[in-house]
Amino acid sequence: MNTGDTVFVLMSAALVMLMTPALALFYGGMVRNKNVLGTIMHSFTLLGIITLEWVLWGYSMSFGPDHGSVIGGLEWFGLNNVGMEPSPDYGSTVPHLAFMIFQCMFAILTPALITGAFAERLKFTAFLLFALLWATFVYNPLCHWVWGVGGWIGRMGALDFAGGTVVHISSGISALAAALIIGKRLGYGSTAYIPHNLPMTITGAALLWFGWFGFNAGSALACNGLAANAFVVTHIASAVAALSWMFFEWIHTGKPTTLGAASGAVAGLVAITPGSGFVGPISAIIIGGLGGAICYGGVLLKSRLAYDDSLDVVAIHGLGGTWGAIATGLFASTLINPGGANGLFFGNPGQLWIQLVSVISTMIFAFVMTLIILKIVDITIGLRITEEDEVRGMDVSLHNEAGYSF
Amino acid sequence: MKKVEAIIKPFKLDDVKDGLSSLGVKGLTVTEVKGFGRQRGHKEVYRGAEYQVDFVSKIKIEVVMESDLVAEAVKVIQEKARTGEIGDGKIFLVPVEEVVRIRTGETGKDAI
Repeated sequence: MNTGDTVFVLMSAALVMLMTPALALFYGGMVRNKNVLGTIMHSFTLLGIITLEWVLWGYSMSFGPDHGSVIGGLEWFGLNNVGMEPSPDYGSTVPHLAFMIFQCMFAILTPALITGAFAERLKFTAFLLFALLWATFVYNPLCHWVWGVGGWIGRMGALDFAGGTVVHISSGISALAAALIIGKRLGYGSTAYIPHNLPMTITGAALLWFGWFGFNAGSALACNGLAANAFVVTHIASAVAALSWMFFEWIHTGKPTTLGAASGAVAGLVAITPGSGFVGPISAIIIGGLGGAICYGGVLLKSRLAYDDSLDVVAIHGLGGTWGAIATGLFASTLINPGGANGLFFGNPGQLWIQLVSVISTMIFAFVMTLIILKIVDITIGLRITEEDEVRGMDVSLHNEAGYSF
Repeated sequence: MKKVEAIIKPFKLDDVKDGLSSLGVKGLTVTEVKGFGRQRGHKEVYRGAEYQVDFVSKIKIEVVMESDLVAEAVKVIQEKARTGEIGDGKIFLVPVEEVVRIRTGETGKDAI
């Protein structure tokens, strides 16, 4: 056991915890003022539900003893056998409990990301049931496939340092399924869905950036050079992507915007996540620069394809995560991480293929499972609030409160 | 007595207020309003999605005065609020039947 590593992982867990309320602010500012609390409530409630799910069976299904390379068993139900001693497999220099709580924060954040797709129209009970089913039947298996000892994607040699497939592609593709099944907000095409509080959104983006240091650097699970590398490339990619989105938007629409700069920063953070422990600083500039441009292209494409992914989860997390996973197959270098592999540009084209297989299987699994889960929720309790409630806004109709009284 | 009601560009408020004060106008009421005239609205773009915002923010000034002051007040407002661009606003004149000061019960021009 190493004291420095333990401090680092616990502090990183606290940083990642902050990302979920940060996301609540990021999303909350982008909706109309009648839905600000309903939107914040989604992320905030997940801190409760998923913590409980994770401690009872989620952690065991994700990281517990492997069964057939597809799922962890329930041997660690209720954190049985997960104690103060390090686990030989996960962060062998920190208490097993520290690794568990670090991973818990990832499990909370991932479904919170999806909530941007169905903002302003989902029933609260439908949301609760969806979150519980999604965490159990989508997140936990995927997490096991990629990071659990014996999981098939990890065994194949796919590189995902901090969650490009597990967190971002899974949430981005599930967001697409959700937007398609739940349908458009009332007045789509005629009503202007103008963000009601962009300073709140920028504050959220800034706190996400801050928390992301824990997300990526913390994934080294030790306070070492690799953690420093992840910290540095994370910062570089975010900085460059903020500029890249801003400049592309400037050229395209004539004005640089704060929402664009903030969205670009998040897109860069998403794109660097899977490669943050495998790529160097110059690669990070390219990954961030293209990440900002690709995600901006994605939000433009949304209006063309006319699905109502309200807060652009598909474009930023789905597309950004996919670019990041592929970029890891291009730019990974064993000079940065001897425990990883080389990518295409460092003489190993095979890695790119492995990355593609992991991306496509994650997409298919998350998309199909989310469709099934939403169908079940639709049949049992129904997905959408009534039209009248949608017009009044979620804050008053679902929660009996108003975000602002002037 | 007349009420002079003017819709003006928000950044011209201080100039108009100072101009009216120097005329001897003793008080005025200001409201932030939205609306459109020939200027129509403006365009806002969020993540590439363009929205037409039809209503533009304006300031409405209401001031009640004796009839013999009105011509000059209108002249001052027009001078101070004018930029020459479309969207400078309008001035409306409305006859006022009676004015009552709540504290003292004074009426008519004493109450203005």
